[in-house]
Order: sequence, then structure tokens, then C-alpha cells
Amino acid sequence: MENDETKIPQLDKEGLSHKSVNLWQITWRRLFRRRSALVGMGILGLLVFIALTAQWLAPYGFDEVLIGKENVSSREKPCIHLLGCPADQPQHLAGIDGNVRDQYSRLLYGARLSLMVGFSTVTFAIIIGTVLGAIAGYFGGWWDNIIMRFMDVLLAFPSLLLAIAIVTVLGPGLINALIAIGIVSIPAYARVMRASVLTVREMEYVSATRALGGSNMQILFLRILPNALTPLIVQGTLGIASAILDAAALSFLGLGAQPPTPEWGSMLGAERNQVFTAPHLVFYPGLMIMLTVLSFNLIGDGLRDALDPRLAHSS
Amino acid sequence: MIQYLIRRIFASIPVLFGILVVTFIIARVIPGDPCKAILGEKATPQVCERFIHEKGLDRPISEQLVIYIGEVVRGDFGNSIRMNVPVTRLLIERLPTTVELSLAALFISILFGIPLGVISAVRHNSWVDVITMIWANIGVSMPVFWLGLMLMYVFSLLLKDTPFWLPPSGRVSPGVSNDPFFEVWGWTVGAEGIWAGLLVFLSRMNILNALLTGNWELLRDAIKHLILPAVALGTIPMALIARMARSAMLDVLGQDYIRTARAKGLGKAGVIIKHAFSNALLPLVTVIGLSLGGLLGGAVLTETVFGLSGLGRTLFEAITARDYGIVQSFTVVIAVFYVAINLLVDISYAYLDPRIRLN
Repeated sequence: MENDETKIPQLDKEGLSHKSVNLWQITWRRLFRRRSALVGMGILGLLVFIALTAQWLAPYGFDEVLIGKENVSSREKPCIHLLGCPADQPQHLAGIDGNVRDQYSRLLYGARLSLMVGFSTVTFAIIIGTVLGAIAGYFGGWWDNIIMRFMDVLLAFPSLLLAIAIVTVLGPGLINALIAIGIVSIPAYARVMRASVLTVREMEYVSATRALGGSNMQILFLRILPNALTPLIVQGTLGIASAILDAAALSFLGLGAQPPTPEWGSMLGAERNQVFTAPHLVFYPGLMIMLTVLSFNLIGDGLRDALDPRLAHSS
Repeated sequence: MIQYLIRRIFASIPVLFGILVVTFIIARVIPGDPCKAILGEKATPQVCERFIHEKGLDRPISEQLVIYIGEVVRGDFGNSIRMNVPVTRLLIERLPTTVELSLAALFISILFGIPLGVISAVRHNSWVDVITMIWANIGVSMPVFWLGLMLMYVFSLLLKDTPFWLPPSGRVSPGVSNDPFFEVWGWTVGAEGIWAGLLVFLSRMNILNALLTGNWELLRDAIKHLILPAVALGTIPMALIARMARSAMLDVLGQDYIRTARAKGLGKAGVIIKHAFSNALLPLVTVIGLSLGGLLGGAVLTETVFGLSGLGRTLFEAITARDYGIVQSFTVVIAVFYVAINLLVDISYAYLDPRIRLN
């Protein structure tokens, strides 16, 4: 199929192209051509919008108890005017939770937490993982052995179980859950970084930098890191998805966000025994988690394909 | 091949040692006083002192570590401090629940994942392909606990009084006998020893036990109880396997030797199964191995949702109750499983691809 990136650029008399296209522009263009990545970006855009505007979108506060303010009872079913709920009753799009709060408002505020959880844990893990992987790959020898064997040990535990153990050591709470999930995701980034370092370490341009008197730091950050960026970005995007999923699981087990924090996993965990009597309190938080995770998975997959040079000429 | 095997097995020894040290450290740094956690807040200092001495918790940490590693190597996991029973017995009683659940989940994920992936690769860009991929993307994004609760709502409540009803929790209905097969066969088995432990372990896997004893009522009941948790746990690996099967098959189907095989007149089905699929197996083995490890983690959530007292659930409860004995040994068992699975994946790699074992 003919598409603009495969067209030969217009050349001038000396045979030089006037228009250069860099990798990121190509990636953007390819990403926008994938329907699944577009869907992912659409969902994520909506979630970011909700997170930024939650205090205006939400009809109630996330910890606003409605006892005495409205004639509603605990775990009441959703009341939506468009779907035939009497107009004289106050509208609650996702029903009332066990503590007589508006579930819809809590769901909106939850978007903030989940996005924050995803980005902060992955940033933490990427920074530490890249440094460890870079040291292991660049200096080799003992450094490599110690760091990578330690990563192997971390990888020898199912990530959720290790995170549970770490949270127990640190104590339950959202921040500690984030640290735990961050720690268990370090090995993935360390491995990616180490592999990239190993492939470019012996390249001529690295030797050239060294011959010109470049320090180890310069070589690592200016010559090697840029080459590792693409796999790190793909791994990071998919990592956000699994971090959100793991954080929700920890909160579901009562080890993450504590009430009244409107975290989707803990909202779901608090009402899980009511699934037969008040399914809406379980359904909506889970749906939100799934949509958020789905958006990052779709974007991550799209990015991987868009950044893969082997797929450069396929549509 | 044998040389390769030996090399790989030796390479996993440092990791196993690391696992022992890490679990030991985790169990020690869990905050809180084990004495107070087990004997209650009202335990007097004298009682606590005796308790700590009895359990060996007052010795130097390094000494405790050496004793611990020595015990584990001999297969002695000590006692559960809280329940005061040998951990090995708890393992024998509770591991079968998790093993049965994980195997059932894996079975479901392979049974549906591979054919779906292969069909979508063969019918690339058809509606089957599109639907499978949408569904697979949703599947990998699904929180296990949510899926479990929703399945429970649909199959245990909405479909009540229909033939599709499935029980929401437990492993067997009350009243259904699940006498262990060795008792039914009239074997006399002692209470202790590896042999007795193995028999009890096997008999606790309800489906196996039902098959061995010919107890069809138990078989039907156990399968009914297993379906929902296994589907909940198996959905993510199923989606992963379907995606991997599809992309591996697409890779292979585009190659010249497939066209040659078709051109020399071989049937389409034969080429897909024999020429293409056997070469797409390699990446699939990795995904299956990796998901088997993920299943053990997901088992904590599934067992919580469906009220099963398996390995994951017990471990979670032990961590919150600071039961060192259980935390250490169950984590070690899970991690060893994990290492063993990785080893198996590597070995099957070498078996499937001669280039790996020759290098």
C-alpha cells in the first residue's frame, strides 16, 4: 500500500533532501494510522480530561456523605433520569455506595489516582532500572553479575506476591503500594537497558567518543541511552498498564489505598461481598480499571509496532 | 542435550540460594512482634520471652539463616507459628487446590487461546480476526478479581434455576463424599512420611481423586466448582496466548517454504498444522511458561474471590498475621516452582530448536 512515509523525498540538484523526517515524526504518523492505538489514545484522553476536571465534573465530593442531605439509602441502585428514574429524585448515575456517597463522583476522582499510580511507579522503576541496567551492561564483570543475579531473584517471585510481601514490610497504604510495585517492575527495565548497552558498547561511535576524551557518564547518557529509548518507551507504556492492574489488586486486598480514598480497586474490594445485592458497586470500578489498562495496552502495542523498523513499509 | 541440561540446572542454584535469603529477610523485616501477633496483645513479657526462645527467634540472625537453609534443604519447613502444625502438612493440604486451579486455568487458556490465535492468523483481517483481537486486548486488561466477581454474579445469581448455574465458592458441595482414593482402595497408609504425604497430596486434587475412585458425582461437582475460578484466572493467559499464537503464525505463514509447500500440492490444513504451527511453537512455549508463573500470583486474587483456601490465600493471610514459618516456606515453594517452570521452558526451547542446545 502506498503511503507518505515510503515516498521518496524530493531531491534537489545536489541530490540532497530538503525535508528531513525524524524518528519521532515517523512514529507519530504510524501511530495515528493504527485504529487500535487511536482507540487507546481516545480512552486515555478522556481519562486525563476526567482526572483534570474531576472537581467540576463530579456532582458531589468523593467523601461527601449524603445522609440527611438527600433521601437516599445505602447501596441504592443507579438513578438515571434518561432511563426512566422519576425526575423528582436526585440523579445518581452509578448509584450510592455502602457509606451513602455518590459512586459516580468517586469514580471520576478515581481517575486521578489510577493515572498517578501508573505514571509514578513506572517513572520510579525506569529511573532505577535504567541506572542499574546501564551499570551492569557498561562496566560488566562483577557489577553485571551481582546486579543481574539480584534481578533474577526478584523475577523469581510472581510480581503480585512480591509486591504483597514488600507492602507488608512497609505497611499498608497507597504510597507504600506504589513503592512495592515500582520495585517489582525494576528488573524489566534493567534488562532492557542492559541489552541495549551491550549492543552499542563496542560500536565505533562509542569508541570515538572515548578516544575524544569523553567520560563514562557522557558515553552512557549521550551515546548509549538514546539508543535504548525506544524499547524503554514501549516497555514503559505496557508497564503502566500492569502497574495500574497490580495497584488495583493490592488495594482490593486492603493493602493499597485506604478508605475513604476513591481508588477503584479499594472501592471494589470494600463492596465485593455485596456483589449479589449491589452489583453496580462492583461493576463500575472494575470497568474503569479495565478501560484504563486497556488504553495503555493499546497505545503500548501501537508504539511497539510503530517503532519497529522491520514493519516500516507495512501499513 | 544432557550437557546443556546439567549446565542449566547448575545455573539456577545461585538463584535458588538468593530466593532463600530473600524470603528469610522478608519474613524477618515484616514489622510487628510475632509473639504479640500470635499470643495476643495481652501476652506478658515472661510468656513472650519463653515463646521467642522456643521458636529460636532470639539467636543471631546469621545463625537463624544457616539453621533455616539447613532445614529447607532437608525438606523440613518447621511449624506454622500461629496454627502450630507442621508447614509441610499445610502445604500438602492446600497446595492441591492451587495446583488444580492453575492447571485448569492453563488448560482452558491453551484450549481456546491457540485455536483462536491460529484461526485469526490464517483468516488475517477477517471478522474472526478482528473480534478475536478486540477480545484479546480486553482480556489482558481485565482485573482478575473483577472478572471473577462478575462471572459469579452472572452464573451464580442471574442464571439461578437454569442448567447453567454454577456454584459461587468452595471446592465441593456439602454432602458430596470425597474419600481419598487410597482409602477407597483399602490401602493402609501411615500418618507420616513422604509416601503418605504424596498420597494425601494427590487425593486432595478432587478431579484426579474422582477419576481414580470412579466417583462421578464428585467429578461433576468438582468440575462445576472449578469452572468459574479457572475461567477468571485463565482469561489473561488465554488472551496472551491467542495474541502470541496469531503473531507467530503470521510470521511463519508469510515465509517462502509455506508457499513452496502449498505449491507442491499439499493440503492447506496439513501445511498450517505441520509446517507452520510447529515452527510457531517456540514463542508460544515462552508465553505459556510465563503465564504459568503469573497464574500463581493471580491465584491469590482468585482464591480470595472464590473462597478457596489454597496456597495464595494462605500465604496472604500468613503475611498479614506475621506467621514466619508459612511466609518463608510458601514463598520458597512458589519461587522454586517459578524457577522450575523457567527451566522447563528453556529445556523445551532446546528440544524444539537444535540451534540453542548446540551453542
